[in-house]
Amino acid sequence: MSLLLIVLLPLLGSLLPLLGSNQRRHQCALLTAVMPLIALLVTLRETPGVLAGDVPRLAFSWVPALGLDLALRLDGLSLLFVLLILGIGLLIILYARHYLAEADNMPRFYAYLMLFMTSMLGIVMADNLILLWMFWELTSLSSFLLIGFWSHQSAARKGARMALAVTGMGGLALLAGFILIGQIVGSFDMQTVLDSRDVILADPRYLPALLLVLLGAFTKSAQFPFQFWLPQAMAAPTPVSAFLHSATMVKAGVFLLARLHPALAGSQEWLYLVSLTGLVTMLFGAYFALIKLDLKTILAYSTVSHLGLITMLFGLNSQMAVVAGIFHILNHATFKAALFMTAGIIDHECGTRDIRKLKGLWRYMPMTTALATITAAAMAGFPLLNGFLSKEMMLAETLETPLLGGLAWLIPALATIGSILAAAYSLRYVRNTFFDGKPRELEKTPHEAPFPMRLPVLVLAIVCIIVGLFPAFIATGLLTAAANAALTMPAPELHLSIWHGFNLPLLMSAIALVGGLMVYVLRQHLFTFHRQFPSRDSLAIFEGAVQRLVRFTQWSIDTLENGSLQRYMLWVVISALVVSGMSLMGIETLKGELAIQEADPLLIVGAAITCFAGLATAFLHRRRLISLIMLSVVGLMASLAFARFSAPDLALTQLAVEVVTVILLMLALFFLPQKTPKESSASRIVRDVLMAAGFGGVVASLNYALLTRPLNSISDYFLEHSVPGGGGHNVVNVILVDFRGFDTLGEITVLCIAGIGIYKLLNRLRLFMPSSDSEGRPWSPDRYPMILASVSQSLLPMALLVSVFIFLRGHNAPGGGFIAGLVTAVALILMYIAHGVEWAQQRLSFQYQPIAVAGVAIAALTGVGSWVFGYPFLTSAFGHFHIPLIGDVELATAMLFDLGVYLTVVGATLMILANLGKVTTSHRPSKQKEKA
Amino acid sequence: MEALFATTTGILAASGLYLALRGRTFPVVVGLTLLSYAVNLFLFSTGGLTTDGAAVISDGAGKYADPLPQALVLTAIVIGFAMTAFSVILAMRVRGDVGSDHVNGNRVDEPREDKS
Repeated sequence: MSLLLIVLLPLLGSLLPLLGSNQRRHQCALLTAVMPLIALLVTLRETPGVLAGDVPRLAFSWVPALGLDLALRLDGLSLLFVLLILGIGLLIILYARHYLAEADNMPRFYAYLMLFMTSMLGIVMADNLILLWMFWELTSLSSFLLIGFWSHQSAARKGARMALAVTGMGGLALLAGFILIGQIVGSFDMQTVLDSRDVILADPRYLPALLLVLLGAFTKSAQFPFQFWLPQAMAAPTPVSAFLHSATMVKAGVFLLARLHPALAGSQEWLYLVSLTGLVTMLFGAYFALIKLDLKTILAYSTVSHLGLITMLFGLNSQMAVVAGIFHILNHATFKAALFMTAGIIDHECGTRDIRKLKGLWRYMPMTTALATITAAAMAGFPLLNGFLSKEMMLAETLETPLLGGLAWLIPALATIGSILAAAYSLRYVRNTFFDGKPRELEKTPHEAPFPMRLPVLVLAIVCIIVGLFPAFIATGLLTAAANAALTMPAPELHLSIWHGFNLPLLMSAIALVGGLMVYVLRQHLFTFHRQFPSRDSLAIFEGAVQRLVRFTQWSIDTLENGSLQRYMLWVVISALVVSGMSLMGIETLKGELAIQEADPLLIVGAAITCFAGLATAFLHRRRLISLIMLSVVGLMASLAFARFSAPDLALTQLAVEVVTVILLMLALFFLPQKTPKESSASRIVRDVLMAAGFGGVVASLNYALLTRPLNSISDYFLEHSVPGGGGHNVVNVILVDFRGFDTLGEITVLCIAGIGIYKLLNRLRLFMPSSDSEGRPWSPDRYPMILASVSQSLLPMALLVSVFIFLRGHNAPGGGFIAGLVTAVALILMYIAHGVEWAQQRLSFQYQPIAVAGVAIAALTGVGSWVFGYPFLTSAFGHFHIPLIGDVELATAMLFDLGVYLTVVGATLMILANLGKVTTSHRPSKQKEKA
Repeated sequence: MEALFATTTGILAASGLYLALRGRTFPVVVGLTLLSYAVNLFLFSTGGLTTDGAAVISDGAGKYADPLPQALVLTAIVIGFAMTAFSVILAMRVRGDVGSDHVNGNRVDEPREDKS
């Protein structure tokens, strides 16, 4: 439970500062500090157990289907980091209280900081890969907020965006890597993964997984070639840099290397990728730290260099090197946080961080000078300070490495060069800032910062000295526990001491310090040399790349989505052709094993008519009315085909729909051009004919292949259960209203929505009304034909009666709600056609929209009704009705559902046609006026 | 008979697609309708072509036509009508608002070959 507290308390703590106000800054800082302090105490209570070898773990199942558990652990490695995060975090809270200006929104700053602290704690304590990744991304997001805290500055916004882009991209790669590892191991549980090294290393997916994980770690830890975001992130307020870019955020990458070291390390790939990247980064960072002019940029590059050093150590596949790496994480965090804070103090008191302007500050701020000198000496690797110890361990390890075989001497040589540069830039940082003459062109006279701002630096400097003087006493226990977690076998026995006798590493350390002094003295030559290179602004390059990416994306969208429906159609058809064509090529013969049925002459004639009408529809499409008539022939033939092949329900439906469709299209054609202009080029026509022929060929082949193969249908179930289960003899209807009632409910809903959509589309539609046809002949002045009017009127009651009959018998004989609804609709539409819209509306004075909606509602309520009786949605019941006075009547609830279908079909169809018909009348009076 | 049926479906589909690739709204709507006929026939035939099959459960009936594709196609016919209606009225609306019946929404109502 205490593990959960360590993570959750700072999370709660991110809300607390918001209770404070910008005016009462003490109170705000105190409120913020409470939760991490408690969390630190909780951690300290756990510490003895962890140092003794316990690994407290805690797990709640979160999303079991994804293998995601809310699982936390506190092993030695986590402990070391938790202490760093909380300890330095508390110092930062104190420092930031005095650093932030009056204008800065302090509660917001603290809230972001605590959010970041929580996500960092989550990373180091996560006991599940996916959970770790989640916190990893949270650090990217919260660091974005922190780096861009001064959002009024362009540099802050750009730096924050760059940091987010780089680390966020790395985070996505990391997720992919974790998923690969999870697939190899079969679990995302941290302990299982750490125990499965042999499985992982033997798997062919090891290399991609390793590359992806390293991509994540290297971007986060600013390793070459991703180092460029870190110097740009220096636009952040200094407390943020001191926290994120010394002790926490950038350490997440090297933490990950240590965390997964037991699972991924040990291979040649790991050795070369990790250690060489680290080495290059170390030299690269150290060189630029020596060149740069801004104090924080110098520190940023030195951080890059030190992170490279740590990465190299983790890459060496040596146990002692891992210990040295972890030790350096600890040491670097202390002296670098302190140095960032001194840089912040200087910036705060002098108004600049330009090393050319700052000189001789020791006169004004003696204590800061002392503290900066101590911590910079630790950074340089000066004896009696903590940096010396881990650096010497590093040098000793580079002597042992098998890397590069016969050229193995290169590694210690390059490491020594890195150390020389480190000594040189540390010396430059101190001497050029605090000594070497008097300051020039300062905006204000510097003075010592308030003591609470110096206190955190003091604490960290004392840590540097104590660890440097008494390494065995202070660090051994924690280091051993941390190394045990990062190694597969118990960590080698540690002999931390200042003096190991005269040996090669000591000589290398001495060379580094003396060489550093020499490089510093001769630095002007280096600067002159460096000036020959054109300066490269990584921010401009990055922004340029982003702009190019945006332009490319815009170009792709414009090219692909050019607004041409024809092109979209073409691509859809091509994809469909390719996919279905491929699968057709996969079958051996087109004809299956079923016997062919004989075709009778009637069928041949029918097929011929259908084909002719279909082709005519296409070929005569420029004469739209004829094309439409041909279309109706096809529809009629389809209806006959349904009847011929034992589907009376379909035949009836198709017939009724055909009537409605043709009426609709005729009405629409009235408002559209009567002829299609000739505009397709010959090549376009050839292309479309080829596409259509290919498509038709594929459809015909598929159909033939399907028809000649034996059928394994689930329909037998429906045939068997229709009468006992659904209470109906017409299986098609029972399927519609009972077995698959839910589908039907969806379909009538779509119908209703289409009707409403059309109603809205027709709203206030003003269209040109032609007074003559395309040939120039005026429309007939006779408004409504007398014969049709009288016949339709006498037919109406008959038609309605028929539709009721079809509806009622639907459950047991061909018919049902769909067909009955269509018949009713056709009968009513006939009235509109015969008498005109005004006449019909006077007599049918109701709206159709409520009818359609009521239909859907009735169907849905029928379904809901079965809940009342404790059955699942849309369970039908039949034969259980006792009506008083009449007695038992066999009725199915499906009938009620079918009534809903009926009403929806009637409502929607009339909504469409009657509203379209109204468009014709709304203009007519005005037209007559014009004539008059 | 199977070959005849398949050929008919294929020809209807080809004609429908050719129309659907035209540049003006009305032929496209007609094409889609034709295409939906072809698809309905195709879907219907997946249950096999049964001649003189019984449609209703009764004691004396011999073989039954497959009811499942029929139920699917029945709703498909009705939905197809809704689709045709919606698209044709959309076409009318476009003509009213844009002044052209070209599917690419070209504002000027004059022949234009789009680049593709």
